[in-house]
Amino acid sequence: MYDIGIIGGGVVGTAIARGLSRYKLNIALFEKEEELAFGVSKSNSGIIHPGTQNSPTSLKGKLCLAGNRLIRKISKELGVDYKEVGELIVAFNQDELAKLNKLKRQAEILGVRGLKIVSPGWLKDNEPNLNSQAIAALYAPTAGIISPYRLAYDLAESALSNGVEFYTSTKVESIIKHGKDYFEVGTNKGVYKTKFLINAAGLFSDEVANLLGINDFSIKPRKGQEFILDKKKEYLANHLIFPLPTKISKGILIIKTSDGNPMIGPTAETARDKYDLSTSDQGLAKVFDSARRLIPSIKEEDTIAYFSGLRPVAGDDFIIRHEDKVGGLITVAGIQSPGLTAAPAIAILVCNLLKKNGLSLKKKLKFTSTRKKTTNLFALKPDQAKKLIKKEIGYGDIVCRCELVSAKEIRDSIRRGGRTMDGIKFRTRAGAGRCHGGFCTTRIMKILAKDLDKPLLEITKKGPGSEIIKGIRNND
Amino acid sequence: MIKRDLVVVGAGPAGMAAAISAYKAGVRDILLLEREQFLGGVLNQCIHTGFGIEYFKEVLTGPEYAGRFIKELKNLPEINLSLRSFVIKLNCDKVLTFLKPGQMEQVKAKAIIMATGCREKTREMVHIAGSRPSGIFSAGLAQKLINIEGVLPGREVVIVGSGDIGLIMARRFTLEGAQVKAIIEIKDRTSGLLRNVIQCVKDYDLPLLFNHKIKRIYGNQRVKKVSLAKVDKNYNEIKDSEFFIDCDTVLISTGLIPENELIEMADIKIKSEDDLNKTSLPGVFVCGNSYKVYDLVDSATKDSQEAGTMAAEYIRSLNA
Amino acid sequence: MLKKLICIECPVSCELLIELSDGKVIKIEGHKCDKGQEYAKSEIENPQRIITSTVLAEKLSLKMVPIRSDKPIPKDKVLPAIEAIKEIRIKEPVALGQVIRENFLNLGVNLIATRDVS
Repeated sequence: MYDIGIIGGGVVGTAIARGLSRYKLNIALFEKEEELAFGVSKSNSGIIHPGTQNSPTSLKGKLCLAGNRLIRKISKELGVDYKEVGELIVAFNQDELAKLNKLKRQAEILGVRGLKIVSPGWLKDNEPNLNSQAIAALYAPTAGIISPYRLAYDLAESALSNGVEFYTSTKVESIIKHGKDYFEVGTNKGVYKTKFLINAAGLFSDEVANLLGINDFSIKPRKGQEFILDKKKEYLANHLIFPLPTKISKGILIIKTSDGNPMIGPTAETARDKYDLSTSDQGLAKVFDSARRLIPSIKEEDTIAYFSGLRPVAGDDFIIRHEDKVGGLITVAGIQSPGLTAAPAIAILVCNLLKKNGLSLKKKLKFTSTRKKTTNLFALKPDQAKKLIKKEIGYGDIVCRCELVSAKEIRDSIRRGGRTMDGIKFRTRAGAGRCHGGFCTTRIMKILAKDLDKPLLEITKKGPGSEIIKGIRNND
Repeated sequence: MIKRDLVVVGAGPAGMAAAISAYKAGVRDILLLEREQFLGGVLNQCIHTGFGIEYFKEVLTGPEYAGRFIKELKNLPEINLSLRSFVIKLNCDKVLTFLKPGQMEQVKAKAIIMATGCREKTREMVHIAGSRPSGIFSAGLAQKLINIEGVLPGREVVIVGSGDIGLIMARRFTLEGAQVKAIIEIKDRTSGLLRNVIQCVKDYDLPLLFNHKIKRIYGNQRVKKVSLAKVDKNYNEIKDSEFFIDCDTVLISTGLIPENELIEMADIKIKSEDDLNKTSLPGVFVCGNSYKVYDLVDSATKDSQEAGTMAAEYIRSLNA
Repeated sequence: MLKKLICIECPVSCELLIELSDGKVIKIEGHKCDKGQEYAKSEIENPQRIITSTVLAEKLSLKMVPIRSDKPIPKDKVLPAIEAIKEIRIKEPVALGQVIRENFLNLGVNLIATRDVS
């Protein structure tokens, strides 16, 4: 019997798992995909929002601001790179300038610090590639960037080291509430019992809620297409650059990413289904047209990758609540932007909701808050790198040429939970560069097969059904 | 820091030819760095014939063509080989930093020849819309999987682009028991050699569709199908011409790009085509497919030999 | 009867114009070298191809050994030959040029390794 069952291993589920792992509790997390962060989280932009774009009375606004502050501490504890690059919301005419001033006032009410309206002269000095027709921008210094999947993986790793049990490839198919006592969670891998249940199932949180008779919200996926540019264009922009937000989205932005590649997007389109991650020619045209309005020199031929993500939209605000109808069930749904920023604050809110509803929270004597930072050879000083390679010869064995990822880093990422080509890519960036795996796919496949003791035929891109190869010539 | 008269980066056909020719022109202190475990570069996976007709006046396969230079290199002990050695940095003082298992080394050279080859254009560079399942390969990756690893990347294949690698792979997939369902070319003619159209496509009655483009890739986990459309001579889609082909694999064969990131990072520029193999930094040369993408290895060999001679002359001028 | 062919002997890809009578070549035009002439005659009267493939190695430095026929074989024998090659195993190191199978399938050609494998 678990005290807590968490459904969903995205950044929200893993943040909750880690948050709760400081207490004396038996916790299990169920993820239907082969790896964590393979749902909504894998296509997150990685922006840590300052709180400039949500109403001060909304849950989104409050949790965004709180999360923005928490993420600094958590990224340090977990050894995840967090860069505070700041954001600019750009105005092109007087009308837009008026809107900027309104955004600024709203954000100041919420408590966002350091905001200022900057002049064209400031913009010319600090953001030289920006469209020179901009007349002003709202500068928010507390905006930052982080790798969304590495944050999720490292939150999970921290939770794991503090006793949380993770069940991947485990899809929740049925849930039965037994009186006031416990839930029986039926999955493809067996039945688990838990006293409290947290629904953090992202795009599928409505379907999970339905299993317990909660039918008052539904998730309408809203697609965002994003286009990643070559790392050579790293200094295209110095800040996150936004147009003025519209009613449904923050518009098409220029995003700095923690790996250096600029990214442009996302679109905001109603998606046909919860698995539709396709990109379109129209999306490409729209994103490049809109992005060029901010930075005119952006070129389509600098694209090295593109993808779509689905925002799990459940209305205007997040839904985070205890379900009084089904005691012990906490719903965490509709976590679209600024969900990544808010995740650590959501975890605290969920703890409080659990406590309020009868869970006794006693701190563990020993909680390991820190995690050893994943080694990045190229972040070290040359003599340190040299010593490390001598000690661990695999660091000198470069597998991914474009992103300079060594065999040792790939092996480590497998040891830490990588099971698929995409999982390795998200963790190490191997295969994420300009050749798109043309050179390193064979080697990574072979390392995965060897270290997981699996036949090559079973190595997948992102779980069952996505096997890389179809046949093999073998001695039998 | 190690010091060498000449460092050649890359031991494919270009790098091997350059190193040997520099030796013949009198350079005796040469380091040849190769990132792979074997010499020969991409030729090792090009098991088909068609190499050497101009240079050796013989019909050879890729490994045989490479083999001639490998044999010659092994008889020249003054050329030091360092395999599994990956150059991570080049700077304007002609210092190269490279990694190999267990080692990180720096080498300062009097002259450097970069022969780092090229890479294939990806699906992303040609902007094919749709989903991102497994089953999308560059033609060269598929070639490596079949010829080096002995695995079959797919059973029902649509090939995008009619360049030589695409045509060669159409035949290779067919011989390995896969079905090539279409080879799609947006232009009205092949971008590969006509001889490859005959011996790779016509010989096996494979469907080569000119004036067609791929519109979209479908499938969540694995490729399920693609949609194609006819285009006019300006490559604009002809209305209502869209149709679908079921397949499990899409091969991208839409061209090659020289790999020059190390030079770019050092802020060294490659000079124009009339200034063969030269860069903006005297003593740093570029040859083979990293200089420009060649149709034939034979021509790359000849031009790379020139790079070897030029490097030798440069070193001589320093010593004078 | 006139027939057009593209010569596949070298990258020049000459366009050949061939005059035929009773399936035999009478006249060839358009070739830039002797190989074109030989090719045209062979392609009309008895089309042939060199075959290239790979053979599985057992416990050697490479998993696959690239091989080819040392001479062309009749075109209609290509597919059966390729199938037969898939059954071959190489257990000892081979050198580039070394014969793997003599008079393969009685076609009068040898299969040779095209790379050193230790």
